[in-house]
Amino acid sequence: MSSALIFTTILIIVIFTITLVIAMYSTYGERKVAAFLQDRIGPNRAGPFGILQPMADGVKMFMKEEIIPDMSNKWLFILGPCIAMTTALMTSAVIPWGNSLSIGGESYSLQVTDVNIGILYIFGVVSIGVYGIMIGGWASNNKYSLMGALRASSQMISYEVAMGLAIIALVMMTGTLSVKEIAAQQSGGNWNVIYQPLGFIIFLVCAFAECNRTPFDLPECETELVGGYHTEYSSMKLGFYLFAEYINMFISSAVISTLYFGGYNMPFIARFISDPNLLTLLGTAFLFAKILFFIFFFMWIRWTIPRFRYDQLMNLGWKGLIPLSIANIFITALIMWLTGKVS
Amino acid sequence: MTLSIFYFLSFLAILSALMVVVSKNPIHSVLYLIITFFAIAGHYVLLNAQFLAAVHVIVYAGAIMVLFLYVIMMLNLNAEVEPHKSVWLKSAATVAGGTLMVVLVGALRTSASVGSPLPADANIGLIKTLGKTLYKDFMLPFEISSILFLAAMVGAVMLGKKETK
Amino acid sequence: MQHQDLPSDYFPMVIQFIVAVGFIATTMVATHLLGPKRKSKIKLESFECGIESQGNARIPFSIKYFLVAILFVLFDVEVIFMYPWAVNFKELGTTGIAEMFVFMVLLLTGFYYIIKKGALKWE
Repeated sequence: MSSALIFTTILIIVIFTITLVIAMYSTYGERKVAAFLQDRIGPNRAGPFGILQPMADGVKMFMKEEIIPDMSNKWLFILGPCIAMTTALMTSAVIPWGNSLSIGGESYSLQVTDVNIGILYIFGVVSIGVYGIMIGGWASNNKYSLMGALRASSQMISYEVAMGLAIIALVMMTGTLSVKEIAAQQSGGNWNVIYQPLGFIIFLVCAFAECNRTPFDLPECETELVGGYHTEYSSMKLGFYLFAEYINMFISSAVISTLYFGGYNMPFIARFISDPNLLTLLGTAFLFAKILFFIFFFMWIRWTIPRFRYDQLMNLGWKGLIPLSIANIFITALIMWLTGKVS
Repeated sequence: MTLSIFYFLSFLAILSALMVVVSKNPIHSVLYLIITFFAIAGHYVLLNAQFLAAVHVIVYAGAIMVLFLYVIMMLNLNAEVEPHKSVWLKSAATVAGGTLMVVLVGALRTSASVGSPLPADANIGLIKTLGKTLYKDFMLPFEISSILFLAAMVGAVMLGKKETK
Repeated sequence: MQHQDLPSDYFPMVIQFIVAVGFIATTMVATHLLGPKRKSKIKLESFECGIESQGNARIPFSIKYFLVAILFVLFDVEVIFMYPWAVNFKELGTTGIAEMFVFMVLLLTGFYYIIKKGALKWE
C-alpha cells in the first residue's frame, strides 16, 4: 500500500467521523434553533446547555426494541434504511475539503478522489438515494408508508431534473465537471454565485426538496401521513433515516458552498500567511464556516416557512423551476456569447 | 490487478443477472438488476469511459429502474395472484431462451477479438473528448434524437392521460 | 500539475463504500443485539392509528406518479445530453449554441405539449 492510499483511507475515516458528529449535532442545533426562533429554551438537561443531548439520543436509538412488522418483507425492510445511509455517506468522496497538505515533502490532497465527472458522481449517488425511501416505504406494507414513499420519490425525481439543469449553466462557465477544478477556479473571491445568482437560487430550492426539508417535507407530513415512509420504523433503522436526512443536509451545504461560494478558497489571506499547511487548514475552516451557515439556513427556513401543498410542490418543480433553469441556460449562453467568451 | 477486477465485475454482473430471473419477488429482481448495472458501470470505468459510467448509473440505475419499481409497485405482483403458467408454456419459454443463447454464443465466437481492452488514447472516453465528437461529427443524429424525445413525451402523455379520462 | 484521469481514481470510492457498509453493518448488528425483544402479535401489526388495519396496504396508486416517473426518465436523459455540450461550450462556439438551440426548442415544444395536455396537473 502506498502512502497516498494510506492517507486517503485516514482521510475517509476522518471525514466519516466529522460527518457523523456534524449530523448528530445538527439534531441538537435544530432543536436549539427552533427553540430560539420560538422563544423557548430547548434541550438543556443533558450536560451544560444540553450539549450531551445527541449522545443520549444516540444511545437511546441503540437500546430501543427493533420492531419489524409481521406483514413486511423482512430483508427489504432492513435494506431500506441501509441504502439511505450508504448513499448519504458516499457523496462526500468528491468534495474537496481543502487544498493539499504537505507532510514529509509529499503533498496530499484533502479530497478523497478528484474524478473527472465529480458533479455527475454526486447526481448518481443522489439518484440512487431514492431507492432507500422507496424500498423502505414499500417493504413496511403500511398505507402511510407507501404514500409517503411515493410522495418522497416523485418529489425527489422531479427536483433532480431542475437541479441538473441549474448545474448545466454553471458547467458552461467552468468547462469542467471536476469539483476540485471548479473550486480552484473561484480563488480570490471570484465566487460563482456572482455570475450565477439565478442558478444558485434554483439549486438551493432543489437541495431543500432533495433533502425532504420544510417547506418540502410532504413525505413525512405528520398531519396526513403520521410519519411518512418511516412510520413503521423503530430503533436504529429509524435513526438511519433521520440521520441520513441530516447528513444529506450537511453534504448539500458542502456542495452549495463548493460550487457557488468558493469552496475552501479564502480571499486576501494568502498575502499574510506564508505557511502552506496553515493556509490549507484555514481554508478548510473557512469552508466549514460556510457549511455551518447553510445548515443554519436550512433550519431557519424550516421554522419560518409553512409546508407546501402537493400540487403546489409539483407545480413549482415542473412549471416553475424547470422553465426558469432553461431560461438561465439561455441567459448564460447569451451573455457569454456577447462578451466574447465563446470562440 | 485490472484483470482480476474485470473477472470480479463480470462474475457479479452475471450472477446478479441470473438472480433477476430466478428471484420470486419482483422487487428483488429490480434490486439485482441495479447491481448488474453497477457492475457494468464498473466495466466502463475500467475502460476509462468515465462519462458513460456516470450516465449508466444515473440513467439506468437511477432513472429507469425507478420507473420499473413504480410499475411493479403499481401492479402489485404477489406470488398468490400470479397466474399459473402451464408446463407447455414454460418449456416453450426455455426453448426460446436457449435458442437465443445459442445464437448469441455463436455470434460472439465468430466475431473478431477486441484485443487490448484499453484504447490507444486513454482520454477517449472522457466527457470533453466525447462532447467534441458528439457535437461536431454526430450533429445530425443528436438533433434527430431530440425528435425522438419529443415523440416519447407525446407517447407518455397519451398513455398517462388515458386512465384519467 | 496536470492530473491524469485514470480508472484508479475510483479506487478510493471503493474504500469509502467498504467503510460505509462496514459502519452500517456494525451498527445494525449492535442495535439488534442491544435492544430488548418483547414481541407480541398486536405490536407487530401494521400501524393504522390504532384502528384495525383494513386490507392490503399495497393498493394501486394514482397513475400520475407513474407519469411523473416516465417524464423524469425523458428529461433526465435530455439533461445528460447537455453535459458534454456544457463542458465544451467555449470551444464549440456559435455552432454549438445553434445546435443546442434547436435541441432546446424541440424539448420546450414537448414540454409545452405536456403542460397544455394537463399531464402535470394535480388536483
